[in-house]
Amino acid sequence: MKKVSIAAILLSITCVILFNQCKFSGDGKVTLDVAAKPFEKLSQYHFFKGSLKDLIPNEKVLPYDLITSLFTDYAHKSRFVWMPEGAAATYSKDEVMEFPVGTVLIKNFYYPHDFRDESKGKRILETRLLVKREDKWDALDYVWNNEQTDAALNIVGDSKKVDFINPEGVTRHIDYSIPNKNQCKNCHNLNNVQMPIGPKVRYLNKDFKYTDGVRNQLEKWTEIGYLKGYEKEENLTNKIADVFDEKTGSLEERAKSYLEVNCAHCHRKEGSANTSGLFLLLSEKNPESWGIMKSPVAAGKASGNNLYDIVPGKPGESILVYRTESDDPEIRMPELGRSVAHAEAIILIKEWIAAMK
Amino acid sequence: MRKFFLFSVSVLLTVALQSCKGGKKAGDSAGFTYDEQIEKDFLEKLILVEDGGTVELPAGRFLFKKALSMEGKKDVTIKGAGADKTILSFLGQTEGAEGINITNCQNVTVTDFTIQDAKGDNLKLKGCDGVHIHHMNSTWTTGADTSNGNYGYYPVECRNVVMEHCEVSYCADAGVYIGQSTNVTIHDCYAHHNVAGIEIENCINSDIYKNKAENNSGGILVFDLPKLFQANGRNARVWDNDCVNNNFPNFGKPGSIVASIPPGSGMIIMATDSVDIYNNRITDNKTVGCAIVSYFTTGKQLNDSTYGPYCHNIYVHDNKFSRKAMMIPALDTDFGKLAMAACKSPIDIVYDGSAEKSLIDANGNLPEGKKICIRNNGDIKFVNMNLWKAKNLTDVLRTFDKDMTKFDCSYTGINGNNTNL
Repeated sequence: MKKVSIAAILLSITCVILFNQCKFSGDGKVTLDVAAKPFEKLSQYHFFKGSLKDLIPNEKVLPYDLITSLFTDYAHKSRFVWMPEGAAATYSKDEVMEFPVGTVLIKNFYYPHDFRDESKGKRILETRLLVKREDKWDALDYVWNNEQTDAALNIVGDSKKVDFINPEGVTRHIDYSIPNKNQCKNCHNLNNVQMPIGPKVRYLNKDFKYTDGVRNQLEKWTEIGYLKGYEKEENLTNKIADVFDEKTGSLEERAKSYLEVNCAHCHRKEGSANTSGLFLLLSEKNPESWGIMKSPVAAGKASGNNLYDIVPGKPGESILVYRTESDDPEIRMPELGRSVAHAEAIILIKEWIAAMK
Repeated sequence: MRKFFLFSVSVLLTVALQSCKGGKKAGDSAGFTYDEQIEKDFLEKLILVEDGGTVELPAGRFLFKKALSMEGKKDVTIKGAGADKTILSFLGQTEGAEGINITNCQNVTVTDFTIQDAKGDNLKLKGCDGVHIHHMNSTWTTGADTSNGNYGYYPVECRNVVMEHCEVSYCADAGVYIGQSTNVTIHDCYAHHNVAGIEIENCINSDIYKNKAENNSGGILVFDLPKLFQANGRNARVWDNDCVNNNFPNFGKPGSIVASIPPGSGMIIMATDSVDIYNNRITDNKTVGCAIVSYFTTGKQLNDSTYGPYCHNIYVHDNKFSRKAMMIPALDTDFGKLAMAACKSPIDIVYDGSAEKSLIDANGNLPEGKKICIRNNGDIKFVNMNLWKAKNLTDVLRTFDKDMTKFDCSYTGINGNNTNL
């Protein structure tokens, strides 16, 4: 009898808590407790209003974009940032800005059914969250259901088959891979601490079409109180090239920008690939660190019988080209996040190496 | 007539070898079935294990398409039911290059199972402090094939690494490969049919003892390479190992450092400082028993001013060199040609004779603490290549000599301390 009553009390307490939680998160505002376990469903955070799959940002959920973004098997990405009331990021000129506790970076990965006409709809595959907890960034991945009604927390990764029509009108198939929790850290790693990659001043320094007009993103962030300490004047030229826009940089600048964005989160002295001795940040000045006439360290067969990472004038003899062109898991670079080669970028990299003396 | 005979034999051998290479084996797939749920369960265990916990891998043959990984754990053990009972195969893997990739952990133990046929490295650990790998097996069941993975065991940028009672075979690079690590112990391991059996590279404070390196192209390697995070590897003791019959054809990928190892190399010490090599049995290696060489013998370009490309402070003593009669060195390599020209047989100890110029005195000697010392190795065949006099590696056929007198010295020890073990 006693046991039953305890159980009944526990049950009713649980019910009340659950009910309150529902009520609490049901008022439409973004809901986040940095000390609590992550929600099981993406919808529980209320980052978006209306139908979840339309990704219409809720109040204070600000969309943003990067000048040049990481290639992920041609997936499109829509990014948002949210910070708690009164909190702001602190400006940093070269690295990722310093974000306050409670910040959430939200990145949705999707494929338009037809790249030529996005109004024909899209399929969202995953939503990645980076949540700034008291002591660290936590990476959470939510995998969307086929009905596109919600996304569920995933720890061990997953794979999805995707078909889409590319900008040339050709149907393409991708075996899209969703990373597991450890793989997140592989790229989001600075001195063994999990960190965001994208929100750096030189990646964000561009105009964005907000619902209330076009503004420079850093100015907008400052205006709504998401960024403090940003000086427009000292950042007029502090921006990476848009890889596929010739107006934004020379061939070399665009090729190097591509390599920084796609490789340098690992290929830097503080990154996961520091064992390689190949460092691809734009700020790296030593030509050999960039791979020019540099022997590989532990590439093994991934060298493709080539002796050096980059041989000036000879893209066909450069390991860097061989590995970015390959689909083989052992050879391909980057290791994660792509199963097919980024053909358009490889043309650019080959041109850059061919033009080198 | 005799020449013609030799020619015919070599043609036949070449044909035979080519046909072996052509018939790529499919790998051991017997009894392995892929189950996506099992793959997810294994991975989930490795991701969710609490600090101090153990991930038990049951007996069975498990096939994986994706690499397994563990990150940021403390005091965790991954334990199988025995190297012959729990077998993880990554044959035909489609994602990730490693079998198991362990990063940023403290005190991690990996034991009692087999990893085979990963695309890249079977077991990689990076940035871990406290690594204990024991009673493991790591292999490629496809036989000796250039497209096999690189390393059987690959701890890199780790501290306090102990590897014991592990077997490794058929790596297209090095079987046991410990890179850029500090405080490394490798003992009672068996490395066979790899390009390199056991290799440490850019490591500080290493003990390699009681291992057997057999039927590799090169048995035990102590290397230091340029342009790496942990530069200038030093302080290694290599004793009581068996380097036997490391005459296996080199199936390393062209361009890799190990692809330049001449088949028939027992031990190679390259560009490393302070290495004590003693009481080893170096048996039936057809080209070179023990080579002490600079980075320049790789024939690669060097452009790293912070890197010391030479060996200094090396002591090779009390080892037993022996070989069968009539062993023919690998004649398609510079070292093989040198051995034939100098000794008409394998060389027991070869030194490339190059050292940091600023250290050499007017008589051509190195100071105390930097010398190359060779003593008590019995009646050995010794060659000094005098590489500094040579125009290139082939030119050492003109510059070499066999004078051992100036190497008759003893060792001041690792870091100036005597090594009395």
